[in-house]
Amino acid sequence: MSMELRTSPHQHSGRDVPVIMRNVVYSLLPICAFSVWQYGLSAAALIVTVTLACLVAERINNRISGAGNTLSDWSATITGVLLALTLPPAFPLWMGAVAGFAAIWLGKSLFGGLGQNPFNPALIGRAFVQAAFPTAISTWAPAFAAQRFGEFIPSSLAAPFMAPPDIASWVRQQGVDAFTGATPLARWKFENITPSAMDFLTGHITASAGETSAILILLCGLYLAARKFLDWRIPVAVLGSAMLLAWAFHLAQPERYPTPLFVLLSGGLMLGAWFMATDMATSPVTPRGIWLYGALIGILTVVIRYFGGLTEGVMYAILIANAAGPLLDQFNQPRILGGKRDKS
Amino acid sequence: MGIRLPFLKRAATFEHGIHPAYHKETGSLPIRRLAFAPRLIVPLAQHIGKAAVCCVAVGQEVLRGQVIADPDGFMSLPVHAPATGVVEAIGLMPSASGKMVESVTIRVYEADGQEVQVGTPRDIDGLDKQELLLAIQQTGISGLGGATFPAHVKLNVPPETAIDTMVVNGAECEPFLTCDHRIMVERTQDLLRGIRIAMKVSGASRTVIGVEDNKPDAIAAIEAALPTDGSITVKALETKYPQGAEDTIICALLGREIPAGQRPASIGVLVNNVMTLAYLGRLLPAGEGIVERVLTVAGPAVEKPGNYIVPIGTPLRFLLEQVGARSSAKEIILGGPMMGTTVSSLDVPVTKGTSGVLAFGEAQLAGETQRSYACIKCGECLNVCPKFLNPSQLGLLAAKREYALMAERYHLDRCFECGCCSYVCPSHIPLVQQFRIAKAVNRERAAA
Repeated sequence: MSMELRTSPHQHSGRDVPVIMRNVVYSLLPICAFSVWQYGLSAAALIVTVTLACLVAERINNRISGAGNTLSDWSATITGVLLALTLPPAFPLWMGAVAGFAAIWLGKSLFGGLGQNPFNPALIGRAFVQAAFPTAISTWAPAFAAQRFGEFIPSSLAAPFMAPPDIASWVRQQGVDAFTGATPLARWKFENITPSAMDFLTGHITASAGETSAILILLCGLYLAARKFLDWRIPVAVLGSAMLLAWAFHLAQPERYPTPLFVLLSGGLMLGAWFMATDMATSPVTPRGIWLYGALIGILTVVIRYFGGLTEGVMYAILIANAAGPLLDQFNQPRILGGKRDKS
Repeated sequence: MGIRLPFLKRAATFEHGIHPAYHKETGSLPIRRLAFAPRLIVPLAQHIGKAAVCCVAVGQEVLRGQVIADPDGFMSLPVHAPATGVVEAIGLMPSASGKMVESVTIRVYEADGQEVQVGTPRDIDGLDKQELLLAIQQTGISGLGGATFPAHVKLNVPPETAIDTMVVNGAECEPFLTCDHRIMVERTQDLLRGIRIAMKVSGASRTVIGVEDNKPDAIAAIEAALPTDGSITVKALETKYPQGAEDTIICALLGREIPAGQRPASIGVLVNNVMTLAYLGRLLPAGEGIVERVLTVAGPAVEKPGNYIVPIGTPLRFLLEQVGARSSAKEIILGGPMMGTTVSSLDVPVTKGTSGVLAFGEAQLAGETQRSYACIKCGECLNVCPKFLNPSQLGLLAAKREYALMAERYHLDRCFECGCCSYVCPSHIPLVQQFRIAKAVNRERAAA
C-alpha cells in the first residue's frame, strides 16, 4: 500500500469552474435560439463568429503566455456568446470578430486571464466597438423578416473596412410593417412613444440580438439562480433599484417618465442584470458589497437613460460598478462571528 | 444559501456551512470488539499538555488497566496499559503526526481475556469537587472527539467564571464517523452519568445535548433516559457541517456568540463531546483508566466498515487488516474527511483522540487532485464560512504572501480550519492549507 499524504479537507463538492461556466453557456442557448428565430441567418452567424473570435483570441494568448490551454474552462465561450447577444443582429460579422478579440485581449488577457480582470470582458468588447463603429452599432434590423432564414441581412456580410450597406432597402424588400429602425428606448427618448407590453413579450421590438425577450432572459436567469450558478442577490438588487427609481420618477412626472415596467423590459437591463452584472470575477463577494453593487448598477442605468446623451445605460452602469467593486468589498467586510463590525 | 422561511419549524442550526455527502452507513451497525493486536504501541503524550512519565521497565509484566505512566503535573494525564502483557520496549516510535514520540510497546499475552484487571469502584456521590477532579484525571480521559484536551482541566472552571450551561456535543457532523452516534444509542446511561458528574464539577445548572437530526434513534434513546427535573434536555440540530464546532453548536443551541478570541466559558458555556462524557460516566464509578475507545473504521476502501472497540495502541495496519482494507486504499485518514489528517505509515497506533480511521482509494483522490484554476471570486467560500470570514480575500493575500495583513485585517486567527471553503471552491484552491501555512509563518515571526 503506498500512502498519500494530503491536508484536509479530503472531500470536495465536485462543482468546479468548468461546471459553472458550462451551465451559464447552457442557460444562454435558449436566448440564442430565440434570437436566431427572430433574425435568422444573420443572428446565427453573428453568435458563431463572435464566439469563435473569442476562442481564437484566447488560444493565441495561451500560446503567447505559455499558460496552457484555457479553452476548457469555458469562460471565453461565455464571453463570446454574451457579447454577440449585446450586438445588433445585423452587425457586420468582421466587426463582431473585432469585438471578440477586443473582449478577450483588452478585457481579460491584459489583466492576467480568468478571474484577474476587473471589468466584464464582454462589455469591454462592446464598449470597444461602440467607440470604433458608432453607426453600425446603432443600426437595427427588423425581427421576423420573411427571408431571414434564406438570406443574410446585407450589413452582416459587409467587407472589412468598407462602409456597411444600408439595410433600409433590404427591409423595404422584405415588406416589414412599421419598421422604424429605432429601439424602444430611443423611441421613448426622442419621440416619447412606448411600445405595448405585449410587444416586449413576443419580441416584436428592435433591439440587440439577445435582448428582445425579457421573459425568456428572466426564465434562463432563474434557472441559473435556482441551480446556484449565479448570485440571486445581484439581479434582485439591480432590477429592484432600477424599478424603484423609475417608479419614483414616474410618480413625479408620469407624462415625462415611462412606467417602471418599461424600464425593466427595455434595452439591455434584463440581460445585464442576470448575465453581465452577475459575472463572478467582476462583482463583489461580500454580502453588503453585493447589494450596494447591484443597487449602483440599477440607479446608474436609470440616471444615464434619463439624463445622459445615450439611450441605453446598462453597459456603462455595469462597467462603472465593476470599477467600484473592489472598494465596495473593502469597506463592507462581513462581521465575523463573535466580532465587532469592522470599519475597513 | 437557502432562503429561510421563519414560519416553518426547523431543527436548530447556525448560518452558513455545507452539506457534504454524509456516508453514515455505519450508523446502524452495533459496536463490536476487535481482537487484540499482538503488539500495542502506547504513546505517553496522547493529550494536550505535558507527556506522562513512564513508570514501568522493559521486561516488566503489566496488567490491563495498570498505570504505566504517571501524569507530570496538573496539565497532564496518566497512561494505562491497554492489555495484559510484557513491556517489550520503551522509546521513540512513529506517531500519526509523523513525529517520533516516546512510547511503551507491549507484547500482548495471547490468552488475555480482555477484562480490565485493575480498578477500584468508588462512590462518586460522596466526592467533592477537588476529589472528583483528581479522580477524573486518574481515568486518563482527554477530549475523545479529537481535541485531546485533558477532561479534568476543561471541567476545572476557575471560580471567577460562572458556567450556567453545559453543551453536550452529539452533532457528529463529520462525514463517515458514527461512533458518537452508537455511543448515544448503546451507552445512554453512561452518557447521562457522565453529564451529571461534569455538571457537578463545573457547576453548570443545566445541560443541552445537541444531536444532528440524521440520528433520530440517538435522540429518542436520550429522551427516554432524561431525568424528569428538566435540567438536561436534548435538542435536534440540522444536519450540516460543521455543526459540531464549538462556535456553531453554541450558536445553534443557545443563540449565543463566543466573542472573537475567547473561550466558551466567557459566555458561561462549557462544551463537551458525548464520547468523552460517556467514558467518564463509565470509568469514574468503576475507578478504571481508559484503555480502549470506540471508533469508526470506514471509507470506500474498507470491506467491513463499522464501529469497533479498539485498544489504545493498536497499530493501524492491524486494525485495517481486521476490517479488510482493500489494496486500492491510497489515503488513510485519522478523524473525519473534513478535518482529519492523513498518515504516511501504517505502523502508527490508535490513540485516545482517534475518532475514526478512514481508507480512501484512487477514486476519492481523483476528486482532490483536480487541476486548480485562478480565483474567480464566486464568493462561495464567504457563503459557507461558519465564522463569516472572507476566505476569498485571505486566499488572494496568501498567494501574495501577505501573511501579516491576513491576520491584522482579515481575522486569519479566527479560522478553525473546518475546510468548508476548500470543499466548495470551484477553482480547487487549497485555501485551508494556505491558511495553515500563513498561521505557521505568523507564529514563527512572532516567536522570532
